[in-house]
Amino acid sequence: MGKLYERLCKDYRFLEGLKTCINCGTCTAICPAAEFYRYDPRKIVDTVQRKDDAEIEALLKSDTIWYCGECMSCMTRCPRTNAPGKVIMALRALSIETGLFMESERGRQMYPLSKALVGNILKYGYCIYPDTFDLEEHPESGPVWKWFLEHKESGYARMGANYKGKGPGALRLIAEEDLAELKAIFDVTGGTRMTEQIERLSEEKAREMGMTPEEYRRYTFEHGSEGHFNND
Amino acid sequence: MIHQGKKVIWSDYQKEIPDDHWFYARSCIRQNFFPASEKYFLKITKELLGKAICDNEHHTTCGGIAYHSDTIPQETAMTIIARQFAIMTEAGYENLVVSCITSFGNYNETIETWREFPELEAKIRENLWKACRREFKIPKYVAHASDLIYRFRNEIAEKARYNLIDRHTGQPLKIVEHIGCHYSKMFPHKGFGGAEYPCVLSGMVESWGGQIIDYPERRHCCGYGFRQYHVKANRGYSLSNTYKKFESMEPYHPDAIITNCPGCPYFLDRWQYVISEQTGKTYGQNGYGIPVLTYEELAGLVLGYDPWDLGLQIHQVAVEPLLDKIGIEYDPEAKYLGVNKEDILRPELPTNLKCH
Ligand code: SF4
Ligand code: SF4
Repeated sequence: MGKLYERLCKDYRFLEGLKTCINCGTCTAICPAAEFYRYDPRKIVDTVQRKDDAEIEALLKSDTIWYCGECMSCMTRCPRTNAPGKVIMALRALSIETGLFMESERGRQMYPLSKALVGNILKYGYCIYPDTFDLEEHPESGPVWKWFLEHKESGYARMGANYKGKGPGALRLIAEEDLAELKAIFDVTGGTRMTEQIERLSEEKAREMGMTPEEYRRYTFEHGSEGHFNND
Repeated sequence: MIHQGKKVIWSDYQKEIPDDHWFYARSCIRQNFFPASEKYFLKITKELLGKAICDNEHHTTCGGIAYHSDTIPQETAMTIIARQFAIMTEAGYENLVVSCITSFGNYNETIETWREFPELEAKIRENLWKACRREFKIPKYVAHASDLIYRFRNEIAEKARYNLIDRHTGQPLKIVEHIGCHYSKMFPHKGFGGAEYPCVLSGMVESWGGQIIDYPERRHCCGYGFRQYHVKANRGYSLSNTYKKFESMEPYHPDAIITNCPGCPYFLDRWQYVISEQTGKTYGQNGYGIPVLTYEELAGLVLGYDPWDLGLQIHQVAVEPLLDKIGIEYDPEAKYLGVNKEDILRPELPTNLKCH
């Protein structure tokens, strides 16, 4: 049993997500990611259960492990109570920990994701917040959302929210003490270490590519090569 | 009573849920995009039904979106959840009701994983003490907010001003229900009706006079996919999944869609706009889309609350065709007013999707 496999076995999601796989393909049949991406959860689970470190390393470097949408539809259906989506979560965590996520285009998307989501949690106490919702980055939000955010003070008050206000309510200002507790949780549980690992390797890569960190963030957020989708 | 056959299977999925005293946890997505839904959840449960629901200022995100976008370790997510439990415990509550489906899944995952691996629970307790000097009790009951509305659906029906009947034809409105994947696909026993026959939304619709329509892709994911949406380069995945659902439901001519996850209504609403911009196609009648509602919005409508107080004007798909079918009165001039009737202009119109 190789080292990478041993490390996977320390992840509770892996322990819960993979008992034994009989290769039936039920997960692939139900999987929305398999329908659109060049992705097959059955193959991934089977590869991992062979415990071959070279194969696991190839997965950690690949785009493949980043296609799953973590909908967990597979978890309902697997006749052996595996959860390929959870196996994927463990593989992704290991890919980040080993730095191998930097080897794939989809893995490098960790940078914009971490910037946005961890950034919002530590600053606003929620994963999403109106102040950092960039309309240009979200053309799908439509003209109604452009209008609403342009008048967000009045609009959120009209909706009964407590936008940036004190006390309880939707979009309230989260007190400094509460934010400090979140930061302390990140420090104690490895959240800060993960965020710093993503930041350090991504910013090194940005330098290598002659980009500022912001240019690199934008590039990894917007740019997708051909070849990910089944119909590419 | 002796249960036999299917009834035995069904009874496994009928949760007995406490009828009062809940600690409410808000949702990242719902408070941004459907803030009035959270307000009306509290209004309906507290004011109309007289329940004690604690809306506490010190809780935060559960970290679910960050967790499922792989940006935080499982231990971080679990310790944030432990902090939520601690705040609930300190407030004197034992039942947790959450606004978000991703949260609902994560709370359940956390509790189930601790049950299987007690050493992990001990570790998280230690983490929380180190980071926040807090302690907690595991909730006696974790419900999704839609569970409570389902639980009280008949009381709501008794107080309803409207029912889900097309006033022109006298026929029940045809409603599509879309249940968030993490409601019962991970832990079927945690949802009303399990993963096979989830009835949390269909139960509401039927109690309020509507008719649920079945269609081939009824249980397919909306396509959120966390990182598949939050990274622009991946959004084709999200859009393709929603498109698949709309193509599948189109032949059944739904009058509306009801959802319980805060993300799904955003995607099912906005991707209709994107599809209309890209292909010219619209799924409702006469160039309109199919209105997509949260369960709080639908409950609010049948109870007779003003559609603009419920926040239906901040959907991209216009809801007026649905309001007209039900016979709900509304003031078109008031649709886009800000707080205290302030004039805050109007949104621009989409190219193809009819909006008023
Ligand atoms: S459904 Fe389960 S047993 Fe079948 S291939 Fe997938 S993981 Fe293996
Ligand atoms: S969790 Fe991932 S692997 Fe499982 S069905 Fe959803 S997209 Fe597919």
